[in-house]
Amino acid sequence: MSVSTARPLGRWLVRALPLIWLALFFLVPFVITLKISFSTPATAQPPYLPVIDWSNGLQGWREFFYALDLTNYQMLAADSLYWEATLSSLVYAAAATAVLVLIGTPMALAMARARPGLQPILVAMVVVPFWTSFLIRVYAWIAILKPEGLLNATLLKLGLIAQPLEILNTPLAVIIGLTYAYLPFLVLPLYAVLSRLDPALPEAAADLGASRMRIFCTVTLPLAMPGLVAGALLCFIPMVGEFIIPDLLGGSETLMLGRMLWIEFFSNRDWPIASAVAVLLLILIVGPVVMFRGAEERREEALR
Amino acid sequence: MTAFNRLALTLGLGFLYAPIAVLVVYSFNDSRLVTVWSGFSTRWYGVLFNDGPLLASALASLKVAALSATIAATLGTLAALALDRHGRFTGRGAFTGLLYAPMVMPEVITGLSLLLLFVGIEMERGIPTIVIAHATFGTGFVAVVVGARLKGLDRSLEEAAADLGAGPIRVFFTVTLPLLAPSLAAGFLLAFTLSLDDLVIASFVSGPGATTLPMRLYSQVRLGVNPEINAASTLLVAAVSLVVLCASWLSARKGGTTAV
Amino acid sequence: MQFPSLTPTDPLLRIDRVTKRFGAHRAVDDVSLDLAAGEFLCLLGPSGCGKSTLLRLIAGFETPDAGAIMLGGEDLARQPPHRRPVNMMFQSYALFPHMSVAQNLAYGLQGLGLSRVEITERVQRLLRLVKLEGFEARRPDKLSGGQRQRVALARALAREPRLLLLDEPLGALDRALREETQGELRAIQRRLGTSFVVVTHDPEEAMALADRIVVMDRGRILQAGPARDLYEHPATRFVAGLLGDVNLIAGTLGLEDGATRGVHTAFGCLRALPSLALADAAAGTAVVIALRPERLQLGTGDNTLSGTLVDAAYLGDRVRRQIRMTDGTMLRASASLPGNPGDAGIGQSISLGFAPDAAWILPA
Repeated sequence: MSVSTARPLGRWLVRALPLIWLALFFLVPFVITLKISFSTPATAQPPYLPVIDWSNGLQGWREFFYALDLTNYQMLAADSLYWEATLSSLVYAAAATAVLVLIGTPMALAMARARPGLQPILVAMVVVPFWTSFLIRVYAWIAILKPEGLLNATLLKLGLIAQPLEILNTPLAVIIGLTYAYLPFLVLPLYAVLSRLDPALPEAAADLGASRMRIFCTVTLPLAMPGLVAGALLCFIPMVGEFIIPDLLGGSETLMLGRMLWIEFFSNRDWPIASAVAVLLLILIVGPVVMFRGAEERREEALR
Repeated sequence: MTAFNRLALTLGLGFLYAPIAVLVVYSFNDSRLVTVWSGFSTRWYGVLFNDGPLLASALASLKVAALSATIAATLGTLAALALDRHGRFTGRGAFTGLLYAPMVMPEVITGLSLLLLFVGIEMERGIPTIVIAHATFGTGFVAVVVGARLKGLDRSLEEAAADLGAGPIRVFFTVTLPLLAPSLAAGFLLAFTLSLDDLVIASFVSGPGATTLPMRLYSQVRLGVNPEINAASTLLVAAVSLVVLCASWLSARKGGTTAV
Repeated sequence: MQFPSLTPTDPLLRIDRVTKRFGAHRAVDDVSLDLAAGEFLCLLGPSGCGKSTLLRLIAGFETPDAGAIMLGGEDLARQPPHRRPVNMMFQSYALFPHMSVAQNLAYGLQGLGLSRVEITERVQRLLRLVKLEGFEARRPDKLSGGQRQRVALARALAREPRLLLLDEPLGALDRALREETQGELRAIQRRLGTSFVVVTHDPEEAMALADRIVVMDRGRILQAGPARDLYEHPATRFVAGLLGDVNLIAGTLGLEDGATRGVHTAFGCLRALPSLALADAAAGTAVVIALRPERLQLGTGDNTLSGTLVDAAYLGDRVRRQIRMTDGTMLRASASLPGNPGDAGIGQSISLGFAPDAAWILPA
């Protein structure tokens, strides 16, 4: 109420300031990326043509638009490398999400069933790694997974294997890295829903003769679904475009769009192709993002 | 808790903490090799504290984080207020979309497109461009944290203040803002940490001479495992744990809600 | 706050044909109401009847779609809440959790141009008024429910409003405390001479507190008057049922013996009835006889009914009996004295009687 009685200017600023900032630094850049994905590379600074000639005003914009072409997208379509990268980005993200659900659901369930006094401590324990540098947590796995690393050393010492396993620079390492880095993102939203579940509901199901498994499948899981879906998408979406994990753990053979974009931009200095890859990546995640918004709304309702 | 619950929790937390434990333990290893334990030593911390470029980039990172988190906290709070208080205004859908999209957007896209903007408007790249980039994706996170608190805020508190003669501005500064303070602090810390943590976006939008800590670490990590980085990581983990512990202790004491 | 001088007959508050819509729903529908200075008024009704909205309209948190609200002869329409000389005690108390009791009480005093000493003095006076001396440094979360209620009351009184609005002021208190607090609230109101408008859904509370009760339902005022009038002469079945348990007996108006009027019911004709209510209604009009259970006595009376005792519940200060009439209608009779051992047992027949002034005839 008090805000509604505020002066119109103040009221307008509250909305306009963040809006202008986000439009300028989030929306406009996308439009520019889209346009540059239709440009051709050049050995100039910046390394693409045409550039917007600001001094020419409207004329500059028009020339800019006339010079656009579809070459970059034709290149993407013609090169099987990009098709494979698109597919494997989705496969990696989907596989890691599946593993996350398998590991994260029992964890979140256990947290929600812990003593009330213990729960904040458990939440803090899941949060601490999430606040800790992403780069460093991924880096830690190099020391564990490499041929002469800790995992192989332990397994060799235990006599479980005769030869060091080749894990680093394989798809398995990428999946392990993705799962590890995104685990808190799945556990926390799921726990939030589970911990608010009325404990009388599973008790009522047990009272009516349902087994543990049946209670989980018919009561707990359906009620926790919004949290699970939100958490899974919250992991899946950024994983599709992940760069650090495939770069550090997957080795040079790993094809993921985030890494392709990075290489096109930093190594090949082909900004238009990098932009085209960005547009492709964006198209790939539009669906999941829309689903995520829906899931979030349902989750918020569930949390009410 | 059943035995299964306990097992799931133990394995899950073990999985989360094992790599961090490895980093911490081997940061005190005398040897350069990860797999060989050759005795306790703090020599890598010595090396770390004499690494001028690394310390400089850490300072740059702190500067960027502080500035961008301040901007994000301001814009995020305004955005949360607009969404909570302005009802169904025109463009509300677009507004929420713009606010939350940067949070899920793959960093490579955000980084590349922001760089293209900066090049297009011929803005010199360096610390300011990284601050702008980080503030942009931090805003959404602050809005989520502050928005959750706003939703739980008893509206009659502000009405009571107005009823007692306080104008809109006095209501905001004496009632709304103090009540939002814990979530505002949490949102600020979140934006701060995310900024401190970001490699990808900073790599795109930074210019010569502006190297953040993750950029420096990345260039060394690519060359392989390095005990000096283990030492740096250990310090970072210790700092983060301390902040999280303080935050949860504070919120437990004040009876507030833990953010994130 | 300065008021234009009032003549004693002018109302302090005049609500003139006020309507407030939320979408298609009329929360307050063409309501008019006057409030005299020093009056204690209760707005009574079920939840969603519009009583809280009416209170918020007076406080300025909602703006009316039609009509005017005048305070001391001055139109409040253009005044935002913080400029209105009216204060409100909120249902949730709305105590600022980040401020001490003293800071809460002083909040409304700041900006009135008072010195620090004056503010401290007035805070002390308020604390004495609600018997909370020594609690000034406490935070609201360290107070009991009753103490919080008193802080909220004191805070709303701090600016010495001529009119205080109270939204379910006792709703959060337990029963014993509520009765005690009702007395305190009345005492404070009498002492300060402030006009009180209390919103409540509890008829007993409204009857205990108010000089005048205004019964609302679906955004409209159904009846207004002192508790006794409303209880004994309700205007509608709704009001009759709201203020306490009532037996409603349906019947039609008949003309007997040329002059004596009576009501034909399914279990016989009742003749000894008050002649006031529907004096000139035509014979054959459908009516309802409202009869409070405590006015329905065992044994015979001016009107005598007979039926079967179905249930008797001992409630300490009274016994409540349920009696089935010959046609199946259930009546409740509440006797303040325990019955004799020789009384009818469950399932036995029983006689009931009531005097003409015990009943009230309502339109069906």
